[in-house]
Parts: sequence; C-alpha cells; structure tokens
Amino acid sequence: MTVTRHELRQGRAPLAIWTASIGALMAMCILLFPEMKADMQGVSDLFASMGAFTQAFGMDRLALGTLLGFYAVECGNVVGLGGAMFAAMTGACALSREERERTADFLLSHPVPRAQVALQKLAAVLLEVLVMNAVLLAVSFVCIAGIGEEIPCAELLRLHGAYLLMQAELACLCFGLSALVIRGSAGAGLGIALVAYFLNLAANIAESAHVLRYVTPFAYAEGAEILERGQLDGGLILLGAVYALAAVAAGIRHYAQKDIR
Amino acid sequence: MQAIRTDKLTKRYGKARGIEELTLSVGEGELFGFIGPNGAGKSTTIRTLLGLIGPTSGSAQVLGRSVTGDRRALLEDVGYLPSETAYDAGMRVRDVLRYSASLRRRDCRAEAARLCERFSLDPARRVDELSLGNRKKVGIVCAMQHDPRLLILDEPTSGLDPLMQREFFALLEERNAQGTTIFLSSHVLSEIQRHCSRAAIVREGRLLACDRVEVLLGSNARRVTLRGEAELGALAGVRGLRGTAEGMSFLYSGEMRALIGALAGQPVDDLTIAEPDLEEVFLHDYAKGGDAHDGHEA
Repeated sequence: MTVTRHELRQGRAPLAIWTASIGALMAMCILLFPEMKADMQGVSDLFASMGAFTQAFGMDRLALGTLLGFYAVECGNVVGLGGAMFAAMTGACALSREERERTADFLLSHPVPRAQVALQKLAAVLLEVLVMNAVLLAVSFVCIAGIGEEIPCAELLRLHGAYLLMQAELACLCFGLSALVIRGSAGAGLGIALVAYFLNLAANIAESAHVLRYVTPFAYAEGAEILERGQLDGGLILLGAVYALAAVAAGIRHYAQKDIR
Repeated sequence: MQAIRTDKLTKRYGKARGIEELTLSVGEGELFGFIGPNGAGKSTTIRTLLGLIGPTSGSAQVLGRSVTGDRRALLEDVGYLPSETAYDAGMRVRDVLRYSASLRRRDCRAEAARLCERFSLDPARRVDELSLGNRKKVGIVCAMQHDPRLLILDEPTSGLDPLMQREFFALLEERNAQGTTIFLSSHVLSEIQRHCSRAAIVREGRLLACDRVEVLLGSNARRVTLRGEAELGALAGVRGLRGTAEGMSFLYSGEMRALIGALAGQPVDDLTIAEPDLEEVFLHDYAKGGDAHDGHEA
C-alpha cells in the first residue's frame, strides 16, 4: 500500500481544508437552529408558497421546524454539495495529476503494475472521502449535543451514510475520467458534481425529468426521501455502484495501456 | 545476454514521428552512448524501453523481457533517470528516496546515505526548493540506490556542475566495472566520447550509426578558427571552409603537425582548435541520413 500511503500524505492539506470548511458551515447551521426554530413556522409557510423551489429541495416533505427537517435541508445541502465537490475533484485528479505535474515518469518507472498504482490511488481517494465524512458526522453529533437537542443517531447515520455513498460514487466516476483527461480534470470533476446536483433538482421539480433520478447519485442522498422512507433506496444505490464500478474498470483499463505523457 | 535489444522499433504519435524502425542491441556490462540532437527520438526510445509508451510496431526487450509484458518484472532490475526530474511538492529528499525504495520493496537506506554524501545532497531539504542540478542528484540517487543491473540515464548531466559531473561519471565507471550495464543518452558528444565504449547516433527518429565511439567520430575532426590571413594551399583534411569577419573557420581532420606547419610563418593573430560540437558532426557526417558511416545493427 505504498502508493496509498503516499497519496494520503500528499492529500492531507486539501482534505483538512475542505473538511474544516464544510464542517464549519455545517456547525454554523446547527448552532443557528435554536434561534431559527421559533421562526420556522413562518419560514415553512413562506417556502410552501414557492412551488417548484420548495419541491426542488424536498422542503414540501420536511418540517423545517424540527431538527431533522432543518438538518436534512440545510446541512444536507452543505455536506452533500461540498462533499460531492471534494470527492469529484479528488477523484478527477488522482491519475491525471501525475502526468500534469510530470511526476508520472518517476512513479511508473518503478516495478509496480499500473493497474495496482491506479487501485492504490483509488483506495486513497475513497479513504479521504471516508475520513471527511467521519469527521463531519462527529462534528454534527457534537454540535447537536451542544445546542441541547437529542441526537437522532439512526437518522443521522442514514443521512450521512447516503452522503458517503453518493460522494464515493462521484469519486469513482471522476476517477475513471482522470485516466482520460489530463489538463482541466479538476474543473471537469467540479462540473460533474454540479451537473449531478442540478439534475437531481430538475428531477424533483418536473415529473417528465423524473428519469434523471437514475442518473444522478444525489437522488439517493435526498434528505427528504430518506427521512420519509426511513431507509435508503437500495435500487438506486445498486445502480450507482454499477456506474461506479464500470467507470473505475474503464479508467484502469485505459490507464494500464495508455501512453504516458 | 543482451541488456537491450530492439528490432525495427517504431513509435508514432498520430502522424507525428517518434522513432522509425530502430534496431540496436546493447550487451550486458556495456557503457553504451545514445547520441542525437534534441528531438531526435532519444527520450521516445527510452520511454518505450521502460514501457511508459507502447511501440507502434516492432519489438523491444530489456534484460530479456519484452517491454509490452509484465512491467513489474521488466522494471525490477532497472534504474532510470528521466531527463526532467519532477517530484511531488512538499516532499523532502529523504521522502523521495524512501518512497522510491518502498515502491521497489527494498531497504536502500545505507546506499542512499552513501550516495547522498558523495553528491553532497542534503536529505532534509525540500525537493521543490532544490536547484535543477540538485533535483538531478535526487534522480541519480533514486536510479542507483537499489543497485540495478541496468541503468538508463536520459541527459543525466544537464544542470550538474563540472565537479559533480566528474563525480557522476566516476560513479558510473565504478558501477560499470562491477557489471552494471549503462545506457547513457546525451547530446553532449564529449561525454559519450570520454566514457562510452560504443554508441548509437539517432537523428529524426532513425538510427544513423551504431559502432565503437572512435569509429563513429571517425576522423577526430576539430573545429579550427583563426584570426588573420592564412593560405592553406593543398592541406589535406580541410572541410567546410568559411570566411569570418576577422579570418576563417573550418573543420580539420588531418595531422595536427601538418596544420601547424602550414600556418607557420603566416600572418595569423590568433588560433583556436576545439572539438566540433555534435551539431557540426551531424551536419558534416550525418546530414543526409548517414552517408559518412553506414548505420548497421550492433
């Protein structure tokens, strides 16, 4: 696991920065909840009159006056989108960075098969995503305890489990891409994360766009639906896993055969 | 056994040329020079030998293993110094050396320390703060610390100061004496001339010649530049004579005594006799694809 260890060491700073930024935003949202709780009925009424906007964020199905409803909307968006951007960018740079920064000749002139190099890099990306989500979950527990609310453990684990799976899928999709795109891979990764996010909004708004739920991983990380159903959507997760595996397999296959620049 | 063998090795980048039907072999234990001007295809050849890029056609073997086969086995006994050495930002020299050794699953600490000391390389320095020459030294230690059977060095002396170049070649000769095969790519003719027994010349992706170095350099031509006026008469070995603002310049491959004799007594104010640079050798001897020395498989 030499390459994985090296990648984790190299990725420490971005991981710390992204985790701290998302964690701080999330903590801020949670710490604001007691103050906003009293006004939430009015806010809910306001959102209820906003039609498509309310539907897009699942607010028509959530009670914003409750901790879980508020958490699923506010923190869900912060952790979901922020984490997705980090995961996509990290995945998209995993293989391409070596060629872009001209360190590929050094790494690949060692006796390690390229497929193994790629798998070890993927392991590092997924571990980073896991660490970020573990820290964010811990921050969430501490902040909720800090405002004196009861911690809804099962629901939070379900929500954060879904965020983790969604980020892992995006990381895998972008990892596959990183074998193909050398320059601009970070931008491409961010683009994929944002497009996936907006596809889910579109799927929530229009019935005709409902099919997009089978494309974007944000569909199974939708807070409103997870809380409503009390469980994750296994079918969508399985479909996402198939997409992720296909992207990883295609990426590794291409990386193992490509000419290194 | 041959350490390197290529057979009609060709690499094209789309329509662009890389190397064309390169056939050469390097015996085990040789210190072999690979010469050519920039863009001749030296790095393409080396990167194909290391499996970093795949051949378009033809074949190549390194230490008896195909370059398109198992990469782990292929690279196990090879040390490689790329022409441009780049490492991940923020790493210290010792981190790079440990990472390299760890990728080879070997403990190279003792040899790394010895090489760092020899090259006055501080293992605690950050690689992104190092000069080009010091980064090159890191690459040299990485390539050598595991004591490989074959060393492939691409433009190894660029950035090294003359003292370090001397130390580097002393080390190469020690390793070569211990049986290490060395494949040395360079565009510096004097390096190849001084240290290699055999060499291949490439130009525009094609092998022009492959032979013992003294045969390749043939006439031991020198660039003669003189200030003043001189009548060379029928002096044998004069080529490419051209006038300069203050005198004349030509390539000379005859007896030095005859040249000095011919110039004696003539109004010559200054005289410079120097090794021609590689470009000149190419222009005069290999300009049209090897008309001076026939390229042939070694």
